[in-house]
Formats: sequence, C-alpha cells, structure tokens
Amino acid sequence: MKKMSKEKQKRGFVKDILFLGITLVIEIVLLLIFPEKKEPVISSSKGFLMEMILILPAVMILMGLFAVFVPNDVIVKYLGRSSGIKGIFLAILMGAFPTGPLYVAFPIAAALLKKGARISNIIAFLSAWACIKIPQELVELQFLGLKFMITRLLLTVVFVIIMGIVIEQIILWSEKTTKHEQTS
Amino acid sequence: MNMTAIFINALAVVCLVFALIKDRAKTKQALKMAVISFFRISPTVLAIIIIIGLLSGFVPESQISKIVGEDAGFRGVLTVALLGAVLHIPSLISFPLAASLLERGASITSVAVFITTLTMIGMVTLPLEIRILGKKLALLRNGLSFIIAIIIGLIMGAIL
Repeated sequence: MKKMSKEKQKRGFVKDILFLGITLVIEIVLLLIFPEKKEPVISSSKGFLMEMILILPAVMILMGLFAVFVPNDVIVKYLGRSSGIKGIFLAILMGAFPTGPLYVAFPIAAALLKKGARISNIIAFLSAWACIKIPQELVELQFLGLKFMITRLLLTVVFVIIMGIVIEQIILWSEKTTKHEQTS
Repeated sequence: MNMTAIFINALAVVCLVFALIKDRAKTKQALKMAVISFFRISPTVLAIIIIIGLLSGFVPESQISKIVGEDAGFRGVLTVALLGAVLHIPSLISFPLAASLLERGASITSVAVFITTLTMIGMVTLPLEIRILGKKLALLRNGLSFIIAIIIGLIMGAIL
C-alpha cells in the first residue's frame, strides 16, 4: 500500500516537472516573439518568486512538524468522544492543525464515523482540514493581507459549522425515511 | 523582507526549537519531510510563478476584469467557482496566483470564491471520498461546499 502511494507520488512529480517544462517553453517562445514584453513578465515573476522563497521553507518546516507531532490516531482519540459546540470547535482546530492533502483525512473521517462521532463534527473536521490549515493561512496572510485572511477565515468557520449541521440533519432525515419505508 | 515573512520564519524557528527540546528523532523526521515536500512542490511553484509573469505581461487588465472582475457579475463568480472545483493545484500556490489576479483587476468576490472552492472541493479526489465515506456524505459535502464558497465570496465582496 505504502509502496504504491510512493510510486503514485513519483508519477505525480514527473507530471509536475513536465508541466513546468511546458510553461517554460511557452514562456521562452512568447518572449522570443514579443521581446518587448520581457521586462514586465520577468519583473513580475521575480517579485512573486522572492516572496515565495522567503516563506516557503518556513511553511514546509511547520507542516513537517505538525505532521510528525500530531499523529492521526491522536485526532481520532480526541474527536471520537467530543460533542456539542466544544466538539465542533475542537474538530475545526484539529482539522486546521495537521497537514497533508485532503485524501489523507478521508480514512480519519471514516474511523471517526465508525467510532460514533457526530456527522456535523466530521464535516467540520474535513472542511477545516481542506481549507483552514494554519501554514496555509500564513501564506494567505503574506500574499492577500490580514483583512482578507481574517475575514475569509471567520466566514469559513461560521459556514462550515452551518454546513455540518445541515448535512447531519439531511442524513439523519434520510435514514429515518428509509427506515420508515422498510417497516411499512 | 516584510513583517509577515519575518513572522512566519520566527514562528517556524520557535516551533523548531521546542520540537528539538521535546524529541530530537521526531524533529529530524519532520525536517526530512519538510525537505522532501519542498522539492515535491517546487516545480509547481515555479510553473505558477511563470504563469503569473505571463499573465501580467500578456493579459491586459481589462481582460482579467472582464472575466473575473466586478463587471463579470454572477456569471464570472460561477466560472471561477467551477474552475476552483475542477483544478487540482495545491492551495499554498493558489495564494500568489490569487494575489496577482487581484492586483490586475479581479474582484475580491471571485478571488475568495476561487480559493475556497479550490481547497474545499476536490473533483479529482471525489471518487476516493465516495469510496471511503459513502456517496451521500461525499456528494453533500462537495455540493454544499460549492454553495457556501459562493456565499462566502459574495459576503467578502460586500464588506471588503
């Protein structure tokens, strides 16, 4: 299983390199045809490259530390038994802490479902994992500014909670109706 | 170096020192992961930076604002929402891209919607999500995420 995902990663990396190569070729061809555009293109790229170089290593270190020091089974342990408002906020916090792509969170969510955690908490956890990562928020802060970052963060937390409750109600309701149909 | 960059680097150093005090072996493992993911993400970062450069050199601001700006209206918002849902680029890299679009005439609403659907919805990972969490939960989560992303974007556009 692990070997397979490694191979998949390798293939993804080759794809990324290929993508970079293609964009590079397009850039070179375009700049050869329109040499007068060289100035704005290069200077804009350079500005963003500098900003990225300044923060990317630190962001990667933070992500690595979170991933190693907050292992997945700890999350399952804490979220499996939490409930109420506290549970939802804990779910969001837990989702925001560790790192890794979204598909890493699916098995964790499945384990939580089996443990009997509330659906609203699981939805909140998944959504937080997807879009409220602490290292990501730092990059958002760097590029889009404090006001944008804070507003989007607050709105996201509010709507993720609402979405969790709505999905929970829908699923409970649909389970009830199917049960009802079975008995009648 | 701006304040944010200093803050992020300081935070990383503080966390690193704490981690080293707590557990040397684990910290080493974390650093190894950091190096690997740095190289793993580098090609995509460079590609996006090239695209940002080309965007600012070749696509006039009027064009950008026509597609994703204030004048694009709700259709523009819907377009970026779909784009964010379908595209599979790491969200870390979406921020510089979003910033460059914002600088060049995109509206706050469409940028916020783009970032939100990009992170919350994964068309590429949807089959996996359905398999692990079930059809009902996965489809509801992705579908409602699409709607709340648009709501979040509209509110942000209204208040910022």
